[in-house]
Amino acid sequence: MARKDPAELVNGSAEQSGTRGAPSAFLEVRDLKIHFPTDDGLVKSVDGLSFQLERGRTLGIVGESGSGKSVTSLGILGLHNKRNANVSGEIWLDGTELVGASQNDVRRLRGRKMAMIFQDPLSSMHPFYTVGHQIVEAYRVHNDVSKSVARKHAVDMLGRVGIPRPDRRVDDYPHQFSGGMRQRAMIAMALSCDPELLIADEPTTALDVTVQAQILDLIRDLQEEFNSAIIMITHDLGVVAELSDDILVMYAGRCAEYASVDDAFHRPLHPYTWGLLGSMPRLDRERSERLMPIKGTPPSLINVPQGCAFNPRCAYRDLNGDKSTTERPELVEAEPGHQVACHLPLEKKREIWESEIRPKL
Amino acid sequence: MVAFIVRRLLGAVGLLLIISAVTFAIFFLVPRAAGVTSDDIAGRFAGKQPDAATLAAIKDRFGFDDPVPVQYGKFLKAIVVGDTYDTGTEKIHCPAPCLGYSFRTNQSVTDQIVDRAPITFMIAIGAAVLWVIVGVSIGVLSALRRGTIFDRAAMGIALAGVSLPVFFTGLLSLAFVVHRWNLLPEVNYEGLSDNPFNLILPWICLAFLYAALYARLTRAGMLETMNEDYIRTARAKGLPEKTVVFKHGLRATLTPIMTVFGLDIGLLLGGAIITEKTFSIPGLGQLALDGVNQSDLPVVLGATMVAALFIVLANLVVDILYGVVDPRVRHS
Repeated sequence: MARKDPAELVNGSAEQSGTRGAPSAFLEVRDLKIHFPTDDGLVKSVDGLSFQLERGRTLGIVGESGSGKSVTSLGILGLHNKRNANVSGEIWLDGTELVGASQNDVRRLRGRKMAMIFQDPLSSMHPFYTVGHQIVEAYRVHNDVSKSVARKHAVDMLGRVGIPRPDRRVDDYPHQFSGGMRQRAMIAMALSCDPELLIADEPTTALDVTVQAQILDLIRDLQEEFNSAIIMITHDLGVVAELSDDILVMYAGRCAEYASVDDAFHRPLHPYTWGLLGSMPRLDRERSERLMPIKGTPPSLINVPQGCAFNPRCAYRDLNGDKSTTERPELVEAEPGHQVACHLPLEKKREIWESEIRPKL
Repeated sequence: MVAFIVRRLLGAVGLLLIISAVTFAIFFLVPRAAGVTSDDIAGRFAGKQPDAATLAAIKDRFGFDDPVPVQYGKFLKAIVVGDTYDTGTEKIHCPAPCLGYSFRTNQSVTDQIVDRAPITFMIAIGAAVLWVIVGVSIGVLSALRRGTIFDRAAMGIALAGVSLPVFFTGLLSLAFVVHRWNLLPEVNYEGLSDNPFNLILPWICLAFLYAALYARLTRAGMLETMNEDYIRTARAKGLPEKTVVFKHGLRATLTPIMTVFGLDIGLLLGGAIITEKTFSIPGLGQLALDGVNQSDLPVVLGATMVAALFIVLANLVVDILYGVVDPRVRHS
């Protein structure tokens, strides 16, 4: 895996990393915090997240609703309103730091260098403008070309994402497209300027299963073509297993486990990841038991539980004495290239996984 | 699209027919139910102490003794093809659309309406231009600066504006701006030949009321729109904020406001009654008001029909425009 030494990331405080300068990775997020002050208190949606991503590779970010996945992606694009969100930390994209950059500089990168595919393509496209117009708009804001050239490009893009007769459909409105077509059009729009970083926020959630597979194939093909870096945000582990190289499991705004897909699926070290795997339906294995949901609900992001945020839902917290309820586990590299934030001793975790969790999957 | 417009036009005609029947019934049937005889009505036309022969002649001329459906039929027929009255000495032709003659002045109601409509138009259009520009701008600014001093001040003034009727702001401005401080001349507007800027004070007073309403509507709509997913998409594309706000945000916000505008302007074109009365401007509203005060039934009936016509037309225009503006309406 082409990663920098993760231990350095973990140990470095924000001040230290600030002096460290541009990283070699294409995208590197360091100690990202996104907090929203509200009347009820400070909502810590993302609280110290670090990861990196190279061109041509895919990072899957998984977690329950409200774990901070989407907030992270919007933060990378700089789409949080400075008036109601406090963003700190560093986001380095190809040598440029984005958190401290001016709004206008970040805007120029948006759509061109980094683009996003949103979850619900119907509400994410403007109902009053044609699909073609919206793609042309995305293209022309970053490329000084005539309308007719941009239109040709839009038709090309629509054809590339597999929309039949794109020269006609280009003048249709979003409501005239089917759900799968809309998502394809959305992808065409996001890819219209050949972005080097593509963030897909649950791109297949609103689609039926056959269309889901097509969209995922499409994203993979396009990645090969453009050599883009992709962040795939999802709560669907199946999607992650299929597309990603690395996986980052988020819980309550923090990273619980960060590993290669192989490690995460075959040697996971965090009880929360075990829970996610246990609650995932699988078709490739006979199973006699029901799915095992993770008991409890995601924690409030205003009053995150003391100690390990996952401790109220963790079946193994008593194995640590009261450490899980008093001390927050830091993210450490348990094995090479495999980071986990959990107090359980590594050997104990391996043992639990092999003896208790894996046989039940 | 053509079929849509034709369907809407037919609907509008039907609606006007119903309105005319109801109006006719209210003005001709209800007084009779309350004991007013055709002699009384004829008496209003004849003036003071008419003799029986005059009354009979008048009743015969206008057909006051005909059954009500027949009278209604004649009323409709006069609007479509005109009418000819035989006064005994001469024949008066009233060309279509004929709304009859005023009981008081014996003038053609149609002529009176044609005389006064431009005055009301000037008031309504002038005020509408003002209130749309001012109201929508303030609404957009308020939404973009939600929670700031500007927003609070603007919404405070808007609340006052919505609560203050024109007869209050109008009289106040007349008393101070015109009479005390002599900043503006008396409001004096009697036709298109007069300087339209004589209407500046009525425009401002009327526009104040509506601008306040539109500022609040625009602000609320804009706040909602700017939270839409497609606005986030527009930003994610890297569009400049100006494009995001005006092309994507305002466009979607203005569509429902257009509907309200159609209703408001239609209502005002039929007579800005309070404004006209406050500033003594002889428009359609003043005509209708005088008609009511003087029990001048043909005038009241005519003014009502014209006001209804404008509302129906304004709605028609809004419906058609909606199809142009919102593709989802066009295709369904």
